[in-house]
Amino acid sequence: MKSAVVIFPGLNRDSDMMMALEGVTGSRPVSVWHTETELPKVDLVVIPGGFSYGDYLRCGAIAARSPIMSDIRAKALKGLKVLGVCNGFQIITEAGLLPGALVRNAQLRFVCRQVKLRVENNQTFFTKNLAKGAVVSCPVAHGEGNYICDAETLKRLEGENRVVFRYADNTNPNGAMNDIAGIINEQGTVIGMMPHPENMIEPLHGRADCRPLFESLLAA
Amino acid sequence: MKARVKVTLKNGVLDPQGKAIEGALGHLGFGGVAGVRQGKYFEIELAETDKAKARDQVKAMCEKLIANTVIENYEIELA
Repeated sequence: MKSAVVIFPGLNRDSDMMMALEGVTGSRPVSVWHTETELPKVDLVVIPGGFSYGDYLRCGAIAARSPIMSDIRAKALKGLKVLGVCNGFQIITEAGLLPGALVRNAQLRFVCRQVKLRVENNQTFFTKNLAKGAVVSCPVAHGEGNYICDAETLKRLEGENRVVFRYADNTNPNGAMNDIAGIINEQGTVIGMMPHPENMIEPLHGRADCRPLFESLLAA
Repeated sequence: MKARVKVTLKNGVLDPQGKAIEGALGHLGFGGVAGVRQGKYFEIELAETDKAKARDQVKAMCEKLIANTVIENYEIELA
């Protein structure tokens, strides 16, 4: 399984993501600078978390218009797997790869804590190794993770089983509609999620609940 | 030519910042504030001198970057 991690100025979770990918899949991801125009040949591209461009304009807005994004968009439609975590989720929604938007947390505060995530769809490249309905612990760290979309889009997401992760046990940290923590695109190639599974994969993290997510990449 | 662009949240999109400002106005003793919505304002200097062309150009900028039309509306004024 070959992967790439895209780096934008202002990200800060890229090293964690690379360690997680290398640690679980056994191969070191290629790092791709945002000004590049073509991705190397890989099976998966991950856009990690952080504060690209200092969250100027809107979170992820500037990064979403970077040169590398055109190639990611084109290849995602042809089957390249894309995972966006936290700021990465904001970037791929701003780029139009996923519907809806992530706005300021309802209670206005930055949240940095553990939440419970329920796997709603285990037929995806990132959730195959978990049971449907499984609840895992996962950290979140964001100020703008409040997922919103129009009523019609929400109905489609729910109806097409495209909500991959939902905050469980009343741990919704940001007011997201229907407790949505992560979604997938229509083609099943692009997943975006606010929580940070890369920070819950080994005993040193306190728990390793999210390791099966990364192991799913090998099964995919 | 200068374009002035106003970006506002669509109706129904929760604006917690506006709510916080509304609360603070209340703390300051301003009564009768029924609601506050926060928006953004941009001034864009354009080389274009034709008004219609300038409007098209700024409209494209708004659609592609300046506003997120999933959650925001925009208004363009040219001067």
